[in-house]
Amino acid sequence: MAKVLVVTSGKGGVGKTTTTAALGAALAQRGQNVVVVDFDVGLRNLDLVMGAERRVVFDLINVVQGVAKLPQALIRDKRLENLWLLPASQTRDKDALTDEGVGRVIDELRSRFDWILCDSPAGIERGATLAMRFADEAVIVTNPEVSSVRDSDRIIGMLDSKTVRAERGERVEKHILITRYDPARAARGEMLNIDDILEILATPLLGIIPESQDVLKASNVGSPVTLNNAESAPARAYIDASRRLMGEEVAMVVPAERKGFMDRLLGRRAA
Amino acid sequence: MSMRLLRLFSGREATAPVARERLQILLAHERGLLGQSDLLVTLREEILAVVSKHIQLDPDKVMVKLERGKSVSTLEVDIEVPNNFDKKVSGETRMAG
Repeated sequence: MAKVLVVTSGKGGVGKTTTTAALGAALAQRGQNVVVVDFDVGLRNLDLVMGAERRVVFDLINVVQGVAKLPQALIRDKRLENLWLLPASQTRDKDALTDEGVGRVIDELRSRFDWILCDSPAGIERGATLAMRFADEAVIVTNPEVSSVRDSDRIIGMLDSKTVRAERGERVEKHILITRYDPARAARGEMLNIDDILEILATPLLGIIPESQDVLKASNVGSPVTLNNAESAPARAYIDASRRLMGEEVAMVVPAERKGFMDRLLGRRAA
Repeated sequence: MSMRLLRLFSGREATAPVARERLQILLAHERGLLGQSDLLVTLREEILAVVSKHIQLDPDKVMVKLERGKSVSTLEVDIEVPNNFDKKVSGETRMAG
């Protein structure tokens, strides 16, 4: 049974695209058939983070409008054969997408994949509502920072009212994913801690991704962080989160950076 | 002054509790506002219609406010009426609910 999962946040720059790529790759590594769909029409970036920017020919709007067939627009990942990308259009605007058109494409994707991960644009406008419209589950990416928590609360309200599931009286299963977390700063009271965020948002936790330079390193080379360096702290946190999505019980820990021998010897901070 | 000195020396301040409290207050307000806006508009229109049957009212002088508390919320209806009306109606009514 295919699952449609929207990665959303309201606020921009919190890590939606990084998360979509990392979770998509982690699920694919566990043998699932996965497609990641970019809904950020006009400002697509999932292709770049996935390292497929030079292979885009057709996009979501072409498929919605019938210019291209779905298989023509799907791009297979070079590293994982069961991971696919459906890119957004860079030139068209979001008004070219209709509810019915997107619904048809999502239905077709449901028949081909186990997981359909929708990378939402920032904001609460049409692009974001379309990305969440057909979702069964939602990952709400939140930074431990006041404006991000406020926007997440707003998005939770929309998931409960503007989705097809909500209109049918069903629930969208919601998960909070906290990114850019710094346990040391939270312990010193300089950063909202996990319990504060969960209490305020009253939504269960999917995972805690620590602040790490590995995220930037991975996007620099166009590789999901879970593929680029599976041993890095953020990769381990994303892999744990993907196992929870598949229904496994995984203890909630914040993975720490592992220091190499030379780093320890020289007293260097892990990069 | 001593607190300031202390902060100066420690160089760090626990600001997360402030963030938490500001968020809790703000979101309690915003959730009420977004979820209940239709209800308040309906209430205001219907109260206005009922009272207008008996008293000439300025529609702009009818205020309906909902305040959410932890255990009990208050619905405040504030109606300003002209001094020269016939029937005796108190100018302000408060209902808890």
